Amino acid sequence: MSSPLTKVRQRQVTQNIDAGKRLDGRTLTDYREFKIEQGLIEKAEGSARVFLGKTEVLVGVKVETGEPFPDTPNEGVMTVNAELVPLASPTYETGPPDETSIELARIVDRGIRESKAIDTEKLCIDPGKKVFVVFVDVWVLNYDGNLIDAAALAAMSALMNAKMPNYEVKDGELKLKQGYNPIPLKNHPVTVTIGKIGDKLIVDPGLDEEQVMDARLTMAINDEGNICAIQKGLSGYFTPQQIIDASKLAREKAAEQRKKLKW
Amino acid sequence: MSEKHEKLIDKKGIRLDGRKADELRPLKLEVGVLPNADGSAYVEHGKNKILVGVFGPREVHPKHLMRPDRMVLKCRYHMAPFSVPERKSPAPSRREVELSKVIRESLEPALFPELYPRTGIDVYVEVLQADGGTRCASITAAALALADSGIPMRDLVVACAAGKVEDTVVLDLYDAEDKLGAADVPVAYMPNLNAVTLLQMDGALSPEEFEKAVSMAMEGCKQIYAMQKEALKNKYMKIKEETKEETEE
Repeated sequence: MSSPLTKVRQRQVTQNIDAGKRLDGRTLTDYREFKIEQGLIEKAEGSARVFLGKTEVLVGVKVETGEPFPDTPNEGVMTVNAELVPLASPTYETGPPDETSIELARIVDRGIRESKAIDTEKLCIDPGKKVFVVFVDVWVLNYDGNLIDAAALAAMSALMNAKMPNYEVKDGELKLKQGYNPIPLKNHPVTVTIGKIGDKLIVDPGLDEEQVMDARLTMAINDEGNICAIQKGLSGYFTPQQIIDASKLAREKAAEQRKKLKW
Repeated sequence: MSEKHEKLIDKKGIRLDGRKADELRPLKLEVGVLPNADGSAYVEHGKNKILVGVFGPREVHPKHLMRPDRMVLKCRYHMAPFSVPERKSPAPSRREVELSKVIRESLEPALFPELYPRTGIDVYVEVLQADGGTRCASITAAALALADSGIPMRDLVVACAAGKVEDTVVLDLYDAEDKLGAADVPVAYMPNLNAVTLLQMDGALSPEEFEKAVSMAMEGCKQIYAMQKEALKNKYMKIKEETKEETEE
């Protein structure tokens, strides 16, 4: 939910898009400029702040040790949580996470998990007993549209920035060794969100556009250029042809972003 | 997943449960099963057993959700604790919150919310037994329950998944295939309007595999669509027969 747009503004946005233009001067398939800052939270094992236009998302990574899940005794654990902090938008409220933030966290989680970005087997310290648990906390600081792409970018940047302590098992006991290791990453998903307004597809919807958008399609694209996670959102629909067009567009945009990111 | 598991598809292309790659699980659809609900449906999709009740249009609770110009659709997807091998806590999980949202968003394009301002419709989905593909079966049943409640709809919404198992694109994954398979693509579809209202995916697919999976899922949807319409007709055939008996008496 976000604050309502006036009818005049809604029409202005839709009419421009219908004519192939956007109010901020972008083409329909342009991303806004992004900026990444890494390691700004010293107490976190990893952190990154991403600006996508005026959208601002901070991700902190905490690494702890814990027990593995019984069905994957040799694998570490990763969880993603997202908070739409009330200072980020006049429409955000305090309280437990609502469905929007749960969906955001689960989309970011799915992109990382399904691309197998983290080599979870290397997060194992003592099989069946001790593994690293990686907490990825997405903190939305300013909402100006397309939180999903900003959050996914910030999450990957924070993971790439993160260091985890070095443990060894001696006589069944966990010993902390000197030095740190990076989090073992073996893939680097890039997430692209495409909005549908009328019968036009737009990349990286801004705040005003999100409020007139019929539907959105978010796709995570892995190093190999294949889609590894999808989420359709909002109450509109896509035609089968639009889905194919959107998936091609997403792969193109992901390749473009990947070049800029040097991932 | 590194452990070896039984082959999910044999050399002849037959899956563990005996189906071919593009074959649906057996389905049973029934309409008007809950006397207290305004609309209801029950679906058995393979071993999935799902009950859906629809209430409304009625007053919205909590009141602040009420919209002066349209009806609001609320949806709750919920799994019974005994529906899965390990008891599931009855408290709503994050997965259930997400599924409630995507199910609602897959149904909304079929409705005319502007026809019922200041009201709400509640869709309650109870998964009594789960065996993979519950979100799809829930959507199929929820659309039937909405139709059964008598509100106007643009089309029925029908959902089915396709995915990848052992390098083969297959239709309608069940639990084991979903867990051990390479990818799962649930699709909800309004066949008459050619509109896709839900699309999710986890697991990587090449562009060709992805297109194949989506079109296979849509074909599955069309088959279920015919069964949905049959289920609706059956309810009224029953009523017709009952009234006939009464008049004959």
